Amino acid sequence: MTILSVADLTMRFGGLTAVNNVNFIAERGHITAIIGPNGAGKTTLFNCITGFYKPSDGSVTVAHGEKSLRLDKLPGHAIAKKGRVARTFQNIRLFGGMTALENLLVAQHNKLQASTGLGVLGILGLGGYRAAERQAMELAKHWLHLTDLYDRADDPAGALPYGAQRRLEIARAMCTDPVLLCLDEPAAGLNPRESSALNDLLLKIRDEGTSLLLIEHDMGVVMKISDHIVVLDHGQKIADGTPAQIRADPTVIAAYLGEGDDDDPDAPIAEPAR
Amino acid sequence: MKRLTSDFRDALAVAFFALLVFGPFLGQHLDTDENYQLYLHPTPGLLAIAVAICFAGRLLMLQWHNFRPATPVHVTNAMAKSGKFIAPALLVFAVVMPFLPGVPNAYIDLGVLIMTYMMLGWGLNIVVGLAGLLDLGYVAFYAVGAYSFGLLATNFGLGFWECLPLAGILAAAWGIFLGFPVLRLRGDYLAIVTLAFGEIIRLVITNWSSLTGGPNGITQIPHPTLFGLKFSMAGGPGTFAGFFGITPHPYQRTMFLYFIILGLALLTNWVTLRLRKQPLGRAWEALREDEIACRSLGINVRNTKLTAFAIGAMFGGFAGCFFATRDGFISPDSFTFIESATVLAIVVLGGSGSQLGVVLASCVMIGVPAMLQSLQIYRMLIFGLALVVIMVVRPRGFISTRQPTVSLGKAKAIGADLIAEGRG
Repeated sequence: MTILSVADLTMRFGGLTAVNNVNFIAERGHITAIIGPNGAGKTTLFNCITGFYKPSDGSVTVAHGEKSLRLDKLPGHAIAKKGRVARTFQNIRLFGGMTALENLLVAQHNKLQASTGLGVLGILGLGGYRAAERQAMELAKHWLHLTDLYDRADDPAGALPYGAQRRLEIARAMCTDPVLLCLDEPAAGLNPRESSALNDLLLKIRDEGTSLLLIEHDMGVVMKISDHIVVLDHGQKIADGTPAQIRADPTVIAAYLGEGDDDDPDAPIAEPAR
Repeated sequence: MKRLTSDFRDALAVAFFALLVFGPFLGQHLDTDENYQLYLHPTPGLLAIAVAICFAGRLLMLQWHNFRPATPVHVTNAMAKSGKFIAPALLVFAVVMPFLPGVPNAYIDLGVLIMTYMMLGWGLNIVVGLAGLLDLGYVAFYAVGAYSFGLLATNFGLGFWECLPLAGILAAAWGIFLGFPVLRLRGDYLAIVTLAFGEIIRLVITNWSSLTGGPNGITQIPHPTLFGLKFSMAGGPGTFAGFFGITPHPYQRTMFLYFIILGLALLTNWVTLRLRKQPLGRAWEALREDEIACRSLGINVRNTKLTAFAIGAMFGGFAGCFFATRDGFISPDSFTFIESATVLAIVVLGGSGSQLGVVLASCVMIGVPAMLQSLQIYRMLIFGLALVVIMVVRPRGFISTRQPTVSLGKAKAIGADLIAEGRG
């Protein structure tokens, strides 16, 4: 069953077409990876899906059971709230001056805020707020355990080591209770041991029922855990399939080795805007 | 040794600039001779003293920087811990102070003034300290509160207590109204536009004479009553003194005002402290830390910013309402940019986001100049110097650490180096 379908997606910046007419589908319960050389348009595609860019053309649809929702029509914050699509960032964006635990509670803002009765009941300590907060704490603890950060819960996020920050960002995204988790280069800067721990974490997230979409450079991670791989080059999809198919695909190999390309293979195609 | 030489050279450069700066106005004295002719006579002694002070001061400051030990963790923790005792101690002092024998009325009056600024500081702390939105026009909401009460009282005969919530609501409405256009602005740009809003409100008040009385202001604003009892010097039935059968005295009214503002300030503090531990307060702080991450977590950035503006403005409105009732007179002169600057200085000096910091800073910012009255012309010089020294010694304010709002184990204060300053 489909969780995310991207149809005819195009993103132009002035005369530069960063993503050109891309179509693909991510299956529910799968880990879908987007790979490609530098400048292939991966992050742009990713930003279109997660609402940080408004695509010039095409649609992004997320399926919730029977209903489906056009993500490209939603305002930025509603992607996580209504669309239930969470994301992490290539250059980690944690709330550095807040503790790990606080980071995870901020992620549950909408659920908690709804229980405070416009803030008034919360200030007075009435209503369902206490129960909601206890629940939020339980969820936060659950993810602290899974990401092996329980002992560092009261440390400021900015003081955590790099690998721990990556895991905390994933935990924070998971605390929004998403159906689809989008990860922008989750393995970047991790050592091999952390990288393999990350694989286990991602597989666990998948097995708990959240589908994943990830951009990754680390082929070790991609080939090991992905169920489905989409390959982008020069803003266009050049291949789409299982890891085994991708590994054997001659176009992919050519794109990565830069065969048949006279100029810089990393440059996206520039063409005049329509 | 090498460092000392370079420090020495640095201090010499400072002395040179001091010579340039002080030369024209300390180095010579304008006087009249017996024919009433103006003439300049040099005063090298005075100039030499000023330059020497700058030289020595710079040298000492550099030495202090070199040998200053980094504040160890246990000291910061001890400071955070002592903060737990300082706050209740200050509260007890604030409640008991007016009853202490021998405290002159003027001190209680000063207490009222300090607490008015404390309340404004706490209100602005929501916007600047928690949400990280640099607001240079906070006086606008102070003015809206004061004029709401002034106009409602003089036109509709409403009293202080009926107008207090109305003033808060109106100020909050203006907070939202002024908040909308600046939602997309960040940092310096946000500061400039809020500064302009502060001025616009003041200019509208000044020029809309038919409604606001223009530069003449509004007079005869009623004083607050205690359950309908007036504080009047005449005594008699219906007054506080008459009801309790005591001799009327000015300190009764001062004391009443003192406890009203104490109550209002504590309300501000309590609401802020509660909100900080709520989703809304956490969202404000998260907004200060990283707005983009907030959006990715489904937090409505627009609404969160607007609530910060509105709630901050509401407390400004309460304070304005109190200001109007205390003086019985308001005019646009009371709502100039210097008020915004003072309140912002209180927040920054106290340490952005710290409630206790605001208390300490408002005592310093308002109390110290008042206490130094006897020093006359040197008052502002000493005060300015003190502010510079404080900011050099504690660049992020008196209390720069942040207490986590929730913890699994023992909460540890978070150092200033990790905390973002926000600014939109």
